[in-house]
Amino acid sequence: METTAVRGRLTWQVATVTSVTPETGSVVTITLDPPDWLGHRAGQHLDVRLTADDGYTAERSYSIASAPGEQVAITVERLEGGEVSPYLTEDLRAGDELELRGPIGGYFVWEPADGGPLILLAGGSGVVPLRAILRHRRRSGSEVPARLLYSARTLPDVIYRGELDQGHDGAQVIYTLTRSHPSGWTGHTGRLSQALLAEAAWAAEANPLAFICGPTSFVETAAAGLVDLGYRPERVKTERFGATGGR
Amino acid sequence: MSPVSRGFQHLRRAPAAEEDRVPPGQHMTEGFPVLSAGPTPHTPLENWTFSVTQDGQTKKSWTWAEFRALPAETVTVDIHCVTRWSKLGTQWRGVPVDTLLKAAGYDVPYVLAFCDGGYTTNLPIGDVTDGKAWVAFDYDGGPLPPEHGGPARLLVPHLYFWKSAKWVRGLELRDHDAPGFWESYGYHMYGDPWKQQRYAGD
Repeated sequence: METTAVRGRLTWQVATVTSVTPETGSVVTITLDPPDWLGHRAGQHLDVRLTADDGYTAERSYSIASAPGEQVAITVERLEGGEVSPYLTEDLRAGDELELRGPIGGYFVWEPADGGPLILLAGGSGVVPLRAILRHRRRSGSEVPARLLYSARTLPDVIYRGELDQGHDGAQVIYTLTRSHPSGWTGHTGRLSQALLAEAAWAAEANPLAFICGPTSFVETAAAGLVDLGYRPERVKTERFGATGGR
Repeated sequence: MSPVSRGFQHLRRAPAAEEDRVPPGQHMTEGFPVLSAGPTPHTPLENWTFSVTQDGQTKKSWTWAEFRALPAETVTVDIHCVTRWSKLGTQWRGVPVDTLLKAAGYDVPYVLAFCDGGYTTNLPIGDVTDGKAWVAFDYDGGPLPPEHGGPARLLVPHLYFWKSAKWVRGLELRDHDAPGFWESYGYHMYGDPWKQQRYAGD
């Protein structure tokens, strides 16, 4: 096991929000200017803390959306009934202060030296850390073959669509739309299936490296499916979120 | 001093009787989120064992049938995940770790729990003895589902839930503390939710 620990104390700091940009009807990307940021790796997350005027605080973790070397950014989906995400997606403005600490996590990360081929499997807003990996791959000039299989409800729900459709230096992007699709849609439809996984994933013989992020049911299907296809479990890294308004 | 987040108001306030049971920085969930670093392992019960080891030697080992024949307890506990959800009043059935360690014999200050899939986590011996920990096989009246750690997981409810290792297969007795899986990625060596010991240095 690697022991690339995040050592030392992770202290809270007050970052300035430099932009809030809509990605979809319910998702925004927030760029941040923390005063003391030692850099992050592709796939890591950070913690955000909100403080109400009566002193009540709420903390959540969000995946970092930007590549190492880029400005710190998080992409947040508004969750109905959530406590933190409605504030971040609707109330927060450029120029506001936002308390955070990070980066956090050292397992669900990719470095060019880790190689591939890379298969990235995203369910909904699970695409966020995988986008950081794709950007890191492009910015570092890595020639590791990469594919992203992205399951979204509808085409307008696809986060980073413009960027993904431009291609990431040869990275292939495959969508499946689970709820509805435009007329004339020639891509995949329906939830992730073993058949789609078998079609989209690299052959196990290539010893691929998989990163899966999404809701639990998606991650369970994807991870078990890759193992069934012969992927080595230790080459299948997962990050999950449940219906808790957490991420 | 934390800046006030203009316009931020809290929605969720636990009922007064429950508020004292939710540690700082946590919020209550009614669901049971799943978090793990890799695929869910599926070890057939006929191949399953629980072992207490020391210095690479197995001191004591139980098959699934032997393990299930041990006296078990039903416990109702609050659990707290480092990702900030807490779930109150969860019901489990399991074998007290005391039973397992006493049968194997021990005279060490630490254990490292080891699991299918390669996961490990480190704990002081005093945190898994004296009725503080179980190897749980039932959750909420039924067999523990695989995604929640079945067939059996460690249950150490007074620490953050990553210490309650899923798919646990044994305890290694250790004379010194060494980081387990998440601990080696910067998470806290001990993980007391009431002290918010989430990451190294907290």
